[in-house]
Amino acid sequence: MFTSIKELVAQAEGTTIGEIMLRREAEHSSREQALADMQESLNVMRAAVHKGMEGVTSHSGMTGGNAQKMHQYLQSGHALTGDTFLRSITYALATNEVNAAMGVICASPTAGSCGVLPGVLLAAQEHMQCSDEDVVLALFCAGAIGLVVANNAMISGAAGGCQAEVGTASGMAAAALTQLRGGTPSMCAHAMAMALKNMLGLVCDPLAGLVEVPCVKRNAAGAANALTASEMALAGVESYVPWDEVIEALYKVGQSIPLALRETAQGGLADTETGRAWKRKLWSGGWKEPASV
Amino acid sequence: MKYRSVFDIIGPVMVGPSSSHTAGAVRIGQLARRLFGRAPERADIHLYGSFAHTYRGHATDVALLAGVLGMNTDDPNIPRAFALAQKSGLTYAFHAEAAVPDHPNTTRIVLTAQDARISVTGVSLGGGLVQLTRVDGFELRLSGENPALLIFHEDAAGTIAAATQLLAQSNINISHMEVSRTEKGREALMVIETDQQVPPDTVHDILQQKHILKIVQLG
Repeated sequence: MFTSIKELVAQAEGTTIGEIMLRREAEHSSREQALADMQESLNVMRAAVHKGMEGVTSHSGMTGGNAQKMHQYLQSGHALTGDTFLRSITYALATNEVNAAMGVICASPTAGSCGVLPGVLLAAQEHMQCSDEDVVLALFCAGAIGLVVANNAMISGAAGGCQAEVGTASGMAAAALTQLRGGTPSMCAHAMAMALKNMLGLVCDPLAGLVEVPCVKRNAAGAANALTASEMALAGVESYVPWDEVIEALYKVGQSIPLALRETAQGGLADTETGRAWKRKLWSGGWKEPASV
Repeated sequence: MKYRSVFDIIGPVMVGPSSSHTAGAVRIGQLARRLFGRAPERADIHLYGSFAHTYRGHATDVALLAGVLGMNTDDPNIPRAFALAQKSGLTYAFHAEAAVPDHPNTTRIVLTAQDARISVTGVSLGGGLVQLTRVDGFELRLSGENPALLIFHEDAAGTIAAATQLLAQSNINISHMEVSRTEKGREALMVIETDQQVPPDTVHDILQQKHILKIVQLG
């Protein structure tokens, strides 16, 4: 196994980070089984994107329908940025809208951040016309990066803020995309580090504690950040602070984020006039079954 | 290392909205139910930290109850857990506690049926991974990811050796083991995680040993 990004990149010399992760996983089951399980995860991701694009609404009514709007905007031809960029953020929104509506998603690394990785990879796959096999190996690369962050820092908003969730997801997506585009393991690690650095300090402050506002749109931001970091890495730009030191910084920042800004719905956007109103409305009402899921 | 498999990170496949507050909660509820080993008549669910503050928003209460009903994290019936509990005759109550826990996502589930009772404390670590930290009076660290035996026994010399010897004879490899006791010479709990599923005959043989009180098996 590997306990740091440095170790991981050293092991991946001459091959890919995804391949190293696949070999480690195959020790517990088999190569075929691990590949089949990851293909199933990819299928779930793709299904969630499609469902979100059709338009869903969450139980609270706070989120939903924005992926549809983005898709229409994309087709209108009025957008400034390119097709792949827009598709990435659209798919990220779609996935998290499905999550907020209590639909089926694949956590990556968490449910609150489940849109970033499929957003970036599925949009890239459409542009590159590459096979599912390549995307599956990119998902193994993402998983390897996520494992190192999870074991050396944290990946839950309650433990380390949004930087630990969407931040980690963005780092994973940046590395995975870099691998998919043919970057070296070292480039993947730099992409991860640059993506994480840009998300340091991001707090977890959802309205009324629901994984909706601002979570859904932060997934779009995480996807955009992953594209930025990956493009820089592929151009040869490197993280000035070494990879594992960035993860250590994430851990320390996570520990010093006040409790009010770690998924307790007490600070930040949750403590705005709008946030407090939602809290009053939702926390007194109790659970009512959604009409359809 | 808490996280070992790539599917701890890319996964679980689950019903939203939160891996720690929904999927993790389903897992803890499900483990409590499996440790109880029968259908509970009543569930008292205590919530601490972030769980206590935000459980309504994340549907943590719905998820915990779905787990107590035996559902998996990707069961589309999770949102209907309250109605399904009522239908199956399970009464339940949620208690948001003010006490500050060691881990922000902590719950204690008390299940009862006639004269049987179990109290299970668990924490949700993030990404759907959980750890049980207390069962009745005993401290433990159990992920529920591997096959495990929870052997309740009297705190007497030779009891642990007798149990592990029987496992060795059945070619069962122990991956992790810990022993905890309420006080010296009283009741103790050994938790044995294994690479292979322990066959029923072996479990039966261990139960026949001196000082063994009860065995709960997790598949």
